[in-house]
Amino acid sequence: MSILIDQNSTFIIQGITGREAVTMTRELLNYGSKVVGGVTPGRKGRDVHGVPVEDTVRAFTERMEVTGAIVAVPPAFAADAVMEAIEGGIKLIVIVTERIPRKQVAEFIEYADQEGARIIGPNCLGLISPGKSKMGGIGGAADATQRAFKPGSIGVMSRSGGMTVEISNALSEAGLGISTAASIGGDAIIGSNYAELMPLFEADPETKGIAIYSEPGGPSEAMLAEYMTASKSRLPVVAFMAGRFMDAMPGMRFGHAGTIVEGRADTTAEKIARMEAAGISVAERIEDIPAILKQRIG
Amino acid sequence: MRFYEHEAKQVLAKHGVPLPKRSVARTPEEAEAAAAEIGGPVVLKSQVLSGGRMKAGGVKFADSPAEAKDAAAAILEIEISGQRPMGVLVEERRAIAQEYYAAVTWDARAKKPVIIFSDMGGIDIEEVAEQHPEHLSRTNFSNLRPFSDYIAKVAVSKTGVTGNHLGPLTRIVTALARVFIQYDLTLAEINPLARLEDGTFIALDSHMDMEEEARNSQRALLRELAIPDEDTRLARPPTEFEIAGAQVDAADTRGVAGRVVEFDGNMGLVIGAGGGSLTLFDAVRAAGGKPANYCEIGGNPSVAKAAALTKLVLSKPGVEKIAVMMNVVSNTRADIMARGIIKGCIEAGRDPGETIAIFRIPGSWEDEGFKILRKYGVDFVDRSVSMHEAAARAVAKMGA
Repeated sequence: MSILIDQNSTFIIQGITGREAVTMTRELLNYGSKVVGGVTPGRKGRDVHGVPVEDTVRAFTERMEVTGAIVAVPPAFAADAVMEAIEGGIKLIVIVTERIPRKQVAEFIEYADQEGARIIGPNCLGLISPGKSKMGGIGGAADATQRAFKPGSIGVMSRSGGMTVEISNALSEAGLGISTAASIGGDAIIGSNYAELMPLFEADPETKGIAIYSEPGGPSEAMLAEYMTASKSRLPVVAFMAGRFMDAMPGMRFGHAGTIVEGRADTTAEKIARMEAAGISVAERIEDIPAILKQRIG
Repeated sequence: MRFYEHEAKQVLAKHGVPLPKRSVARTPEEAEAAAAEIGGPVVLKSQVLSGGRMKAGGVKFADSPAEAKDAAAAILEIEISGQRPMGVLVEERRAIAQEYYAAVTWDARAKKPVIIFSDMGGIDIEEVAEQHPEHLSRTNFSNLRPFSDYIAKVAVSKTGVTGNHLGPLTRIVTALARVFIQYDLTLAEINPLARLEDGTFIALDSHMDMEEEARNSQRALLRELAIPDEDTRLARPPTEFEIAGAQVDAADTRGVAGRVVEFDGNMGLVIGAGGGSLTLFDAVRAAGGKPANYCEIGGNPSVAKAAALTKLVLSKPGVEKIAVMMNVVSNTRADIMARGIIKGCIEAGRDPGETIAIFRIPGSWEDEGFKILRKYGVDFVDRSVSMHEAAARAVAKMGA
């Protein structure tokens, strides 16, 4: 099994005619993802690699079952596209776009909560259930994706898209493989953080352990630690913490929008302490993650 | 991006929040004139973007214009966290009966804005939260429903404030919340918010941070505050090297190649992207390396952009070699990166084989990349060598 997406999932891509989205469409189709449509206002009737384009989301949702929408429109129009997807009844939305102002992100997350829709991102590479489907640019070309993501037993969650691939590759090379990998996004406010996805992995019998990539800033690691303590999770979790150099540089933003040390709780030292206290193993190097997981899974 | 206190107060004034009489002075003479204009005792405050002004000697009191002139002269000479003050804020000094704290910021747990209010202002608010939780309220409000004044009233009332103090405090907190929403702020704070001995309320100090991503949509406000585009407003002002990095990135919209931050070391870094850069910077330091810079390269930048960033890093005095490293890439092409970075070395008059300590960009188009790298005698590795191993290998090549 896997979480959120599998071989039967169907997707539309909002902003499908943009340059990067055209490439992503081809890569998704080559990988085997079921891309059933694309939306770009004014481009109704065209196609992208054989995928039909419509002006509106409802043009698809009114006549077929659509599992999810990938939002790949420029930042100025992204929030509007997400609102349209939620209103159209779509329950899983992956937002690839980066640099959407926080206020707009918080608005569409609140609307999604009201409508029972799940948001992944923004500023992410999306989801992959290896061998079944992927949703977003994660892994790039189909052959490169197959190489880095082998089917297996580890759930991966990462605030960095690139590091989702790096960690998954290490787990694949070590023979553990991936059940589902989620690039959850690097912004300060995101649709789904680690603790919010954990119950899904918990319910997936194929997932035997969790690997996460974490960094300074935000409450996601603290929330995961609280979840682990409260839920008595069956899943061993191994975290890699990047950005240790930032502890001594408060107020400076590095990497993602959400990565800034503003208070003590934002530092890697504090986050590592909280996670370890909750039974989460913290790896010093990426290549140490598979061995720790193997040992903890037993 | 951060606003100076006097800018934050200008924003508050626009929205009807009562403030002390005040004026920004850039010289001791201007401060003297400002104090004379205000009349009576004044307080002078260093205008820097970092906190800790009081401790650093950046806040002084004066009873006469002559004293104000001397105080301003002293403050203008004091660097705070490496920053020279842009000026001194001269304000009338008022007799205070009680101090409050009010802030609106983002609550990333609730994914909503939160009003933080306390009737114990003027001191470290984290300390109040820990030691006097009953004196501090946290009140989330919806992103979707229009802000309504009762939300501010609830926030104030939760700390026990009532009677004729409730109305004026509610009005100020409401204004603060509306300012937060309207200008895409990530923090709007008044601390202390004072009740004066005459019974009126007034914002004595204010701190505001604006969302970086909102710079375009908030251009009107930035113009009103006379903040130029190149003013990054991070915790410290950008160096020339960092400004040049931003220009490299802005020259071409395709991909990212820039976001450089300067450090003191001898090892230039061309690394990416967001999380990869953090991981690799740590890895270089863990191996005993001394980075000359942080940077981010990713997306799918052009050959020209990768070359320009390489040249910039090599232009920094003392940079002996560069390490080129990324995580396993999805949409960045290894061959384009190889071409761009070799081009950058050559244009900087350096031998790519000598200059590039390590090249580790596994993923798309890597075989084409390896061919180019081999031709120029560059030491490269594939994904079988981890990020930490690659960093250690590069560090080992640096002169002792």
